[in-house]
Amino acid sequence: MQKELSVPARRKGNAGSWALIGAVVAVTVAAFGYVGGWLAPQRLTPARLIDQFQRNAGTFAGYRRNHAKGVCVAGYFDSNGQALAYSAAQVFAPGRTPVVGRFAIPGSNPYAPDSSVPIRSMALRFALANGQQWRTGMNSMPVFPVATPQAFFAQLQAQQPDPATGKPDPAKLAAFFAAHPETAAFRAWAKTAKPSASFATESYESLNAFVFVDAHGKRQPVRWRMLPQATDGGGAAGKAGDADYLAADLAGRLAHGPLRWQLQITLANAGDPTNDATKTWPSDRRTIDAGTLVIDATTPQQSGECRDINYDPLVLPAGIVASDDPLLPARSAAYADSYLRRTSEEAHLPGTAAPQPEKQP
Amino acid sequence: MTPTTGTFTLPARVLHWLMAILIVAMLFIGVGMVASVSARHEWLLAIHKPLGIAILILAIVRLAVRLRHPPPPLPADLPALQKLAALASHWLLYALMLAMPLIGWAMLSAGGYPVMLGSSLRLPPIFPVSPVAFAVLRHLHGWFAMLLFLTFLAHMGAALYHGLIRRDGVLSSMIRGRRKTAPASIGYSGEPAENAHAADAGSNGPDAAERIE
Ligand code: HEM
Ligand code: HEM
Repeated sequence: MQKELSVPARRKGNAGSWALIGAVVAVTVAAFGYVGGWLAPQRLTPARLIDQFQRNAGTFAGYRRNHAKGVCVAGYFDSNGQALAYSAAQVFAPGRTPVVGRFAIPGSNPYAPDSSVPIRSMALRFALANGQQWRTGMNSMPVFPVATPQAFFAQLQAQQPDPATGKPDPAKLAAFFAAHPETAAFRAWAKTAKPSASFATESYESLNAFVFVDAHGKRQPVRWRMLPQATDGGGAAGKAGDADYLAADLAGRLAHGPLRWQLQITLANAGDPTNDATKTWPSDRRTIDAGTLVIDATTPQQSGECRDINYDPLVLPAGIVASDDPLLPARSAAYADSYLRRTSEEAHLPGTAAPQPEKQP
Repeated sequence: MTPTTGTFTLPARVLHWLMAILIVAMLFIGVGMVASVSARHEWLLAIHKPLGIAILILAIVRLAVRLRHPPPPLPADLPALQKLAALASHWLLYALMLAMPLIGWAMLSAGGYPVMLGSSLRLPPIFPVSPVAFAVLRHLHGWFAMLLFLTFLAHMGAALYHGLIRRDGVLSSMIRGRRKTAPASIGYSGEPAENAHAADAGSNGPDAAERIE
């Protein structure tokens, strides 16, 4: 430390100090900007994923950015206690757990005809007595087309309609499939898959792997599916000219009584892939029946309880944890962004999309 | 500890630096997790929620310490505008470190999510389920976080300004708990004996010399 600094020396010293302060602040801001993604335009973020959904199909205020068209359902899960040996989750103790669910079809357009895709989905929220929840979203297909969020994003980009034709560019799609051979299993299935005439006759698959944890902390990788008890009338798609036959079919069936599915848990063997939703596990894997899902009521999604639920697959009770499947955190992050956008639109917050006049196809 | 000794109490200093690290970490964790689709989103969120509630508890303790032991006065020769800025920004920081975790907790409640701090530790909801309230609170959580970050930057810049340019002992009073009392503020802090103690705190001499100059 110097004593008796002369005036110029002090000014010089201060210039250095000012520069130091400026540098510390600038480095902090830059680090924040990088971590927050603003200074990292290459990084795939939840917002960039959801923007791409909107670029492909348009923005439908208040609706989910994917699986936009659907109906709410309610009922309960009747556990038989058999899964308790593998998961300590309270939902697997013998007895009933109330469920609020949603059937839907994939796609961002809430007015798409039911026959536009061969896939149906079931989302469930189990409200456990201990206040914990289990949320799951399942699709009626054996495998997912891609294994990573980056590949999913590339697929969305390849599917973006060409402004000239209003349709995806076939060359881009071909290039995407060539670059992603893991899509082969899904494409083989999609070639023969027909849109079902009912939600009730479909089997819904978790596709992503999860890990059950028992009371002693022992871990068991699993996948689950909801296997329908109803088998009639799943074949031919609904009447010609009716774009919304699924909701009507569901209400018609429920008028005659509840619909049921068995919750089947498939236990992985050591070495089965848990991080790849494009691959099925061998069919001889042990499967346990955990209980019966009973659906006894339906309401339109505009007024039903499911409207404001984010079926985030990582809202899990103690006894179920995520696997290393990279799709799971991506789904959780992207659904949160989709949920924020649609609830912001519901709240009419400034800067959010306004509801569009109903444009029926 | 009397309020006129010109020092921050030990609990105040420990809380200050501990919370400074935690809050800045929370800001980085927060913006980092919402900008990621990788597993980082999950494990950062798993840290974010319990750490945020820990900050809420620490902030309440800290406010109690603050009210019982007022901090040492600012240097008497500090321009009024800077004093006002210091005062306002300190209260803004207190308000935000309490509001941020409360908003986080309330927004998850409004969204109908179980507020899980671990695999089975769950907090009760503090807000009725409402999508409109969720959206408003979720945006507030983001905007207040940006305000907190800007206030933190100003606070850090001001602390360095006191430490490197004014060298008036304000920064060291939070580091060593001993304000290096410059002559200009002796009357203000009201305890001349302080000067003798301050000398052993380090580089008091040059600061004083500069002031007189
Ligand atoms: C990275 C890949 C994926 C992305 C980016 C994605 C994106 C989305 C988005 C944005 C929503 C709307 C969420 C909301 O606003 O509540 C959604 C819904 C849904 N997704 Fe995905 N998804 C992905 C993978 C999957 C997979 C692997 C499944 C497998 C089962 C799946 C099943 C569902 C179901 C069932 C719904 C409807 C939930 C409901 O009815 O509310 N998704 N998806
Ligand atoms: C000092 C306390 C806290 C700070 C500084 C903080 C900061 C942040 C920041 C910066 C973000 C990103 C905002 C954005 O970019 O939109 C965020 C998001 C979030 N915070 Fe906090 N937070 C705090 C406490 C909490 C608490 C106590 C909870 C819940 C119990 C919470 C839950 C969340 C959630 C759920 C998100 C959004 C995650 C997503 O959308 O994927 N935060 N927080």
